[in-house]
Amino acid sequence: MSAHGETAAAPAEAIGRPTSSRRAKDLGFRLGLLTCLGLAILLLGVLLWDVASDGVDRLSWDFITSFASINADQAGIEAALTGTLWLMGVCAAFIIPVGVATAIYLEEYADNTKWYNRLIEVNIQNLAAVPSIVYGILGLAFLVRGPLSLGPVILAGGLTLGLLVLPVVIIAGREAIRAVPPSIREGSMALGATQWQTIWRQVLPAAVPGIATGVILSLSRAIGETAPLIVVGAATFVAFNPTGLDSNFTAMPIQIFDWISRPSNDVNDYKPLAAAGILLLMIVLLFMNAIAIWLRNRFEQKW
Amino acid sequence: MEAGARAEARRPEVSLRAPRPRYGEKIIKGLLVLAAFISVLTTTGIVLSLLEETITFFGDVSVGDFLFGTEWAPLFEPASFGVLPLVSGTLITSAIAMLVATPLGLGAAVYLSEYARPAVRKTIKPILELLAGVPTIVFGYFALTFFTPEVLQALFGSSIQIFNALAAGIIIGFLIIPTVASISEDAMSAVPASLREGAFGLGGSKLQVTTRVVFPAALSGIVASLVLAMSRAVGETMVVLIAGGLRPQWGVNVGESMETMTAFIAATGKGDIATGSIAYKTVFAVGMTLFVITLILNLFSIRFVRKYRQVYE
Repeated sequence: MSAHGETAAAPAEAIGRPTSSRRAKDLGFRLGLLTCLGLAILLLGVLLWDVASDGVDRLSWDFITSFASINADQAGIEAALTGTLWLMGVCAAFIIPVGVATAIYLEEYADNTKWYNRLIEVNIQNLAAVPSIVYGILGLAFLVRGPLSLGPVILAGGLTLGLLVLPVVIIAGREAIRAVPPSIREGSMALGATQWQTIWRQVLPAAVPGIATGVILSLSRAIGETAPLIVVGAATFVAFNPTGLDSNFTAMPIQIFDWISRPSNDVNDYKPLAAAGILLLMIVLLFMNAIAIWLRNRFEQKW
Repeated sequence: MEAGARAEARRPEVSLRAPRPRYGEKIIKGLLVLAAFISVLTTTGIVLSLLEETITFFGDVSVGDFLFGTEWAPLFEPASFGVLPLVSGTLITSAIAMLVATPLGLGAAVYLSEYARPAVRKTIKPILELLAGVPTIVFGYFALTFFTPEVLQALFGSSIQIFNALAAGIIIGFLIIPTVASISEDAMSAVPASLREGAFGLGGSKLQVTTRVVFPAALSGIVASLVLAMSRAVGETMVVLIAGGLRPQWGVNVGESMETMTAFIAATGKGDIATGSIAYKTVFAVGMTLFVITLILNLFSIRFVRKYRQVYE
């Protein structure tokens, strides 16, 4: 990009050949930008290194297959791991149908000039940025107590997380559906298919990879959410695996939070436990993201 | 009128209408509308649940005492319900976070949009996405066990307590960098190349073109990213809960323990509080305050994003 203005012709000075001070400024600016990016990446690196070095010694098969214990040496994360799997199951069962249906409605049916459709859209954009702890309050007031009175159980926790990540699924689903070219729809309609037949047999199959990626990314956001589950009332000391939707539960981030906030002493040091829990959580997350990236690359369609 | 008449004349030959009414199609559309309505119901549910308890809360505590009181001690005797210490705690950590995230996030966005070669961009964007995907509890752990003792206390000594606003604010700042960077980068990439070429043609340097042409042209998107990041910082819970402390403080001392609105809600509303108790009601009153603040920020940001989309897309 240094080509412009660098002519050796006589009036070059008048046009403004880059002076050395101007070049120095350009270089300085560029270095400044690189520093900004470098700092962000550096912090991520230090964070990963710190967690890994604190927790790697404690991460073992025993850690994964033991329940909570007052003795730091014997404590494990099994109940939290199974609790998290249950929560993700409930969350997925809720967000996939509701999220995809909303995305289909907004992309294929809704008339953008109508005020109520615009309201739904702004509403979803706002919901995506409502603090997660407010969803916890919603879960506490409506699901755990109040109208539904489910109690602090798997179903309430999973639905709270589902409501929290629903906007993410809807936004990803809409993008995937929008990426299917109109010619596919027109072709299908021209052959006599109804609107729903077109959506169900042409548009959705083509949009599935994008939707699946969005669902996995939403679940990977839900899996690390701590604050709403605290408010909903996830237990911190659970020595059993959940047995059903109406079972009390704990989850990985809740268990990690409990270990972080316990005062450590010479006998019981909970810090390595917390770090090991974080490591396990990050491994699960990395695995989910890898699947999402693989899906995106494997099935991405160029029209 | 004339066109209608022509269609009328043709109808007996080829009917374009469905041979039978398709009730299934209507039912399906109805179900889809219902699903879309769930998101509206969610907002309604949030507002209703907050409002109901907040109103009963204000039956016990006057609005003026709540909004302008400078002492927050709802669970002590005598109780005091001034929310300002919590609001100031939130504003201080958010302000520190913005001081970190604004230069770093915008710097990263400008570099990725204007300077980085495509290959570099392709490797760096996933790293930023990874930063965005790290659960906030991990940032909390990092702030408490590494950043405060190994960095801040090493630099500033004992004036920094183990729980403090500075560490929480700085770490939240890093956590919202991806929000600032990705939306700003989108906005800058959306600035048409012709604007840049015109500026280069007039003899502008890369620095001048970036700062005086691209940056102003993308300003509404950049503002949107900053406002959205601010909203995230205000609503962030785990970092302040773990590393910021739980001692409401009216006044500015970033090295000391403090309490934010979110930390209060998480610490008090642990699920086992009695329905209808004063603790239960305060959770909702503070939640309402938090919701209103973030709602205003979000609506601002949505409006700004729409503005830049309208101009260039």
